[in-house]
Amino acid sequence: MKKYLSILMIAVLLMMGTACSSGSGASSTAESKAESSEAAPSEAASSKTSVSGSVTASGSSALYPLAKDAADKFKKLNPDVSITLNAGGSGTGLKQVADDTVDIGNSDVDAASKLTEDKAKGLVDHKVCVVTMAPIVSADVKEKVESLTTEQLIDIFTGKTTNWKEVGGPDEAISLVTRPSTSGTRALFKEFALNGKEEASNKSLETDDSGTLLQTVAQHKGAIGYVALSYLTKEVEGVKTMAIDGVEPTLENTYSGKYKVWGYEHMYTKGEAQGAVKAFIDYMMSEDYGKIMESLGYNAASKMQVER
Amino acid sequence: MKKKETAWRILVMACGLFLILLTLSIGAFLCYRGLGTFTHYGHSVWEFLFSADWKPADDFQGGGQVGAAIFIVGSLSTCFLALLIATPFSLAAAIFMAAISPRLSEKLLQPAVEIFVGIPSVVYGWVGLTVLVPFIQRLFHLPYGYSVLSGAIVLAVMIFPTITSVSADSIRNVPKQYREAAYGLGSTRWQVIRRVLLPAARPGVLTGIILGLSRAFGEALAVAMVIGKRLAFPDGILSPTNNLTSAIASDMGGAAEGGEFNTALWTMALLLLLISFAFILVVRKITSKGVREK
Repeated sequence: MKKYLSILMIAVLLMMGTACSSGSGASSTAESKAESSEAAPSEAASSKTSVSGSVTASGSSALYPLAKDAADKFKKLNPDVSITLNAGGSGTGLKQVADDTVDIGNSDVDAASKLTEDKAKGLVDHKVCVVTMAPIVSADVKEKVESLTTEQLIDIFTGKTTNWKEVGGPDEAISLVTRPSTSGTRALFKEFALNGKEEASNKSLETDDSGTLLQTVAQHKGAIGYVALSYLTKEVEGVKTMAIDGVEPTLENTYSGKYKVWGYEHMYTKGEAQGAVKAFIDYMMSEDYGKIMESLGYNAASKMQVER
Repeated sequence: MKKKETAWRILVMACGLFLILLTLSIGAFLCYRGLGTFTHYGHSVWEFLFSADWKPADDFQGGGQVGAAIFIVGSLSTCFLALLIATPFSLAAAIFMAAISPRLSEKLLQPAVEIFVGIPSVVYGWVGLTVLVPFIQRLFHLPYGYSVLSGAIVLAVMIFPTITSVSADSIRNVPKQYREAAYGLGSTRWQVIRRVLLPAARPGVLTGIILGLSRAFGEALAVAMVIGKRLAFPDGILSPTNNLTSAIASDMGGAAEGGEFNTALWTMALLLLLISFAFILVVRKITSKGVREK
């Protein structure tokens, strides 16, 4: 009896150990299962030079949905590869890749802005895609206001304009909905839509993620906020995108350079990518995957006609 | 047999020591990271506690402002308002359970309160977000329902079971002789409760209240969902603001590791730890005083 008890206790201790080491955050591990035979025989046959190994990535929550989709499809082609993804913020991803904790660090911003110089030095940047940020307003505003000029947008977000009727809209107070000041989405929007002007944080509601922001804008009349186009692939009731200077935020307008609020999504590796990591990044940047990328609301970096 | 006993003793002792070590090292780590705001980036404690200019630079040069007063005031106002709401209900429930209807409480109320304790905070937050926030918005004709009041009500519901169960226990633990003596002198039930049970159980009730308060202080998720997270002092209980825990949670992933922003967040975490230490000290003082009186 006592023997069993001690075995049980050791088992519990071991379980605690593994539970701690697996860490927190949204993670999705997929072991390499032998599913190739029934899942996609043609695809498996086409990739003769099948790679194996493991890939770990963490960082930007804006890039996470895309990376997860790419990982699922990549694993169908290469059943011997296991990919573990984590979201947790760009700062976390960059720190972990610099410390060699993960193979890939996903980030919305340049590594140099979030790491000390000596840490950022060894990292290699892969610009896997481009995200387009769109101002969104509640549907009642869009009925009257088709487009805002950059000046109007700046006045609204800095709190100078407080009622929609001042820009030709309905007589409703403007509710600002924003993201945390360390968010990559916010950084992009500030730089390219607001010409670097700081948002009025003391007049806005802050939301932790773009999904919540979307809901908040949908539920409040006269609300304005901003999200990446990837959140707008399905029609969201009560939310409309707002054009800037007459240009609607669409993938095409970003490709042609007409629409200005966009930025690169980075995948950083420590040193040049190798093996499974390289294969995965190559797959994400391939033309085939570029088409899937667009259906998910991201721009393929290879098709950009303008550069930054 | 003897051998086995020693082995178990060592195992138990090791587990205990490990826990103590863990607590100490968390404290030490928080100090190490959190004090950087003052030592490395050269801000004063005064600025951190009493300035409302929150604009830390997200880099390694520093030079931003790290006034966390808005978050501190936000935390304090929601927590004390929550206490104000929860305490009367909790006390009444505790008195009812312990003194008025012990049998009903054993079968129905006690399990209900225990289940209450186990509800995950995200559920409270979500219910608050979908039910309470729109309700407050409509009730007071506000532009949005995110407010100090919403946060306080959510917290009040969360700490209600803590205060209730601790208070009820301490009322039950009042020696039977006190009660019987009071009845013997011809007191009514209300007089017994008010003049004998409550005063005798006071240390326990206070402990419950402070435990509730410290739970409220450390709660991040539920409050973050309903407080609105606006970087401004609240104009009143109906306006949105921000608090320490939500501010840490929303920026910790994005801020550059070791940068001024990140360090300032660690300092806020350290402040939370210190506040909870202070609460624990107060609890210990109250309970030791209670023991001496007995």
